[in-house]
Amino acid sequence: MLALKAEGVRTIFGYPGGSIMPVYDALYDYTRGEKKAFDHILVRHEQGATHAAEGFARVSGEVGVAIVTSGPGATNTLTGVADAMIDSTPIVVIAGQVPISALGTDAFQEVDLVGVAQPISKWSYQIRRAEDIAWAVSRAFYIARSGRPGPVVLDFAKNAQTELVEFMVETVDFVRSYVPYPKLEQEAVQAAANLINGAQKPLALVGQGVELGNAQDELIAFLEKADIPAGRTMLGLSALPSTHPLNVGMLGMHGNYAVNLKEQECDVLIAIGMRFSDRVTGNLKTYAKQAKVIHLDIDKSEINKNVKTTVAVVGDCKASLPALTALINKADHKAWRDSFKPLDEMERVRVIEPAIHPQEGPLRMGEVVNAVAEATQGDAVLVTDVGQNQLFATRYFRYPKRRSICTSGGLGTMGYGMPAAIGATFGAPGRTVCCFMGDGGFQMCIEELGTIMEQQAPVKMILMNNNYLGNVRQWQDMFWNRRKSFTRMMNPCYELLAKGYGIPYKAVTDRKDLAAAVSTMLTTQGPFILECAILEDDDVLPMTPPGKSVEEMQLEVR
Amino acid sequence: MQKIADTQIHSLPSSTRRAEGESLYTILVFSENLAGILNQVTAVFTRRQVNIESLNVSASSTPGVHKYTITCYCTEEMVKMLKKQIEKRIDVLQARYYTDDEIFLQETSLLKISTPVMLENPDVCHIVRQHGARIVEVNPTYAAVEKTGSTEDILSLFDALNRLGVVRQFARSGRICITRGTREQLDDYLAEREKEKMQ
Repeated sequence: MLALKAEGVRTIFGYPGGSIMPVYDALYDYTRGEKKAFDHILVRHEQGATHAAEGFARVSGEVGVAIVTSGPGATNTLTGVADAMIDSTPIVVIAGQVPISALGTDAFQEVDLVGVAQPISKWSYQIRRAEDIAWAVSRAFYIARSGRPGPVVLDFAKNAQTELVEFMVETVDFVRSYVPYPKLEQEAVQAAANLINGAQKPLALVGQGVELGNAQDELIAFLEKADIPAGRTMLGLSALPSTHPLNVGMLGMHGNYAVNLKEQECDVLIAIGMRFSDRVTGNLKTYAKQAKVIHLDIDKSEINKNVKTTVAVVGDCKASLPALTALINKADHKAWRDSFKPLDEMERVRVIEPAIHPQEGPLRMGEVVNAVAEATQGDAVLVTDVGQNQLFATRYFRYPKRRSICTSGGLGTMGYGMPAAIGATFGAPGRTVCCFMGDGGFQMCIEELGTIMEQQAPVKMILMNNNYLGNVRQWQDMFWNRRKSFTRMMNPCYELLAKGYGIPYKAVTDRKDLAAAVSTMLTTQGPFILECAILEDDDVLPMTPPGKSVEEMQLEVR
Repeated sequence: MQKIADTQIHSLPSSTRRAEGESLYTILVFSENLAGILNQVTAVFTRRQVNIESLNVSASSTPGVHKYTITCYCTEEMVKMLKKQIEKRIDVLQARYYTDDEIFLQETSLLKISTPVMLENPDVCHIVRQHGARIVEVNPTYAAVEKTGSTEDILSLFDALNRLGVVRQFARSGRICITRGTREQLDDYLAEREKEKMQ
C-alpha cells in the first residue's frame, strides 16, 4: 500500500481472490477513513480491470493499476496486458501468487504468470519476499511510464504479502540495462532538417508517440514552421487538434482518401511517434517508395522494422521535435496542401455525406457518430470498441482536445470499449466519455455493466446494433463470396438488460429522433445506454483492401 | 566382453538450410542475472522465425552479468532487427552480432566409440590422431574421444569415424567466443551508464 502510495496511485481497478487477500485486507484500511489513499473500483471480470486501467492511463497520462488474484484472475488479465503492450499503454498489473513454498507444485490457482506474461509485457517480475516489494513496485512504475510506455506485471507471492518488514521508500529512476530516453544524435537531426528543407511535398505522419511524450505543442510549432500537412494514425488522432488547418485526416485502411494517396506522392515522409503498422501502410513493397523517409521514434527497434528509413532520429519527440524545428527553414507549401483538396472533396461527396447525412433507409453508423460529435463538440473523450463501430467513430468524431481517444488499435480487442470507458471516467472525471460499441463488442465485456451500475460511472454508451459482426460481415461480402459464416448474431433485449442494471436507456430507430435522443443521453446524469438500430449491411469506406497498396484505396465497394 | 547398443548413428540432423543472402552470425548478449531472461531472448528468435544453431550461456567476466553466445543463419537485415529486439528487453544490457572473422571461436565435442571396432580397424586411431582429437578414456567396451575446434573440424571428425561405423554417441557444445576488437564494448556501456547515473 505504501509503495503504491509513493508512486502517486489514486485509483485501483481490481477483483479480490484467495492469493491476494492480504493485499485486499490492507486495502480495506487504505480506501476509507483517515488512512484513505485510494479509490478501489470493483470490476466484474479481471479483463475489465486491465482495460479500465488502460482507459484511465490513456486519458490521464498516469499509470493505470489493476490488482487481481492468482491463477484465473491472472490469466484473465492477459488480453489487457497484450493490448497495452502493442498500444504502448502504461499499466501495472499486480497479481497474487501462491506462496513460494507451493510454487511449481500445481497448487490451487497457481499459474506461471511471469512465464506467460513475458512475451506480452514490457517487464514482468515475481516478488518472492517482502524485502523486495518497495524496489519491485517502484521499478515497475518506472518501467511502465518511462520511455515507450507499456504494461508491467508483478506476480506477488502470498508469503511476501504477509511477511512483515520495515517499509522504506525506494525510488527507482535508473536501470542500467534500460535506456528509456536515448540521447539525440545531432547529426541525425541535421540530416533530417536538410531533407525537410529540400522538400517540395513533405508529409508528416503523427502517431500516439506525440501524445505519450506530451509534445503536442512542439508538434504544432514544427508543422507550422515548415508548413507541413499532417495525417494522424488512429491512436494519434488527438495528438494534433482535428481543427488545425494542417491536419489532413486519418491514415490507414479506412482513413481519409487524400492522405492515403498522397503518401504515394510526397517527396519526404516524416513519421513522428508512429510504428508503420500494416493497417497504415498496406502493401509494404509499394508503400511510399518515391519518398525519403524520416522516422522519429523513442524506440530504436521500430526503425527499419517495416519501412526503410532514410534518416532515423531516435529519441523522445519532446526533445527531437524542437531540435528539428530549430534547424528547419520557414516554408510555404500551399500548392502542395491545396492538391489534397480535390481528393478531400471527392471523399466528402462520395463517402462522407452519404454516411453522415443519409436521406433515406435505416440509420447509419456514420450519422450516429456525427450526431454525438456535433452535440459534444469540444470536450468529449471518444472510447470505441473494435470493428465497424470503431472505424466509423474514429472517422467522424472530432478531437479538438488532447488525450481524447481510447481505442484498441494494435491488438483489436473486442470488449475493450465498455471497461476502457469506465477507466476513462475516472481518469478524466470532468469530461464526457462517449463509448461507441457494436452489438458484438457490447456483449463481450457486458458484465462491466455491473461496475457502471455500482459506480454510477457516467459512461455514455452508444450501442450501434446491426445484428451482425459487421466488420467481418463486410469482409465476407467483399472477399469471401458473400458467405456470411457465423456473423449474424441474435441479440438480447437491451432495454430489459438496462432495466436490470438500473441504467437509463433509449432506443432510436428513426433518424428524426436521433438528435433529441443524443441530447437526452448527454443531459442525463450518470450512465446511459443509447441503442441505435443500424442498417444491417452498412460498409466502412473508403477502404484499402488487405494486402493492396494504399493508392488502391476504394471509395465504393466494387 | 560387454556389447554396447547396436544402434548406429547414421547422420547428424542437418542444420538449417541457408536461404539466399543468409550467413552465419554469432550474437553475444549480456544480461543482468535475473530469472527468465533466457526465455525472453530465445522468444525473439521464435517470433522472427529464425532457428538458433547453437546456444551457450555462462557467467561473464563481469560480476553479476550473464553472457549468451548464440549462432544463427539469417540476413544482415534480420540480425540487426534481432539485436534491437533483444536489447529492448529491460534486463538485457547489450546485444552485438559478429561474423566469424570478427571473433575467436571454439566448440567442443565428445564421441563415444566402440572399442572392439577400433581394435579391428587401425584407421580409427589414425583418424583420431589426424584430427588432433584426444582419447580421454578407454575400456573394453568403448573409448571416449574429445575434440575441440570449429564446427567444420568437429563435423569432419564425426563424418570420418561414422563412416567406419564406430560412433555410438556424439555430443557437441554450443559455440563460445571472444571478440577480436580492441574495445571492450560491455565495459564501455557500463561505464557510460554509470556516468549517466551520477548526473
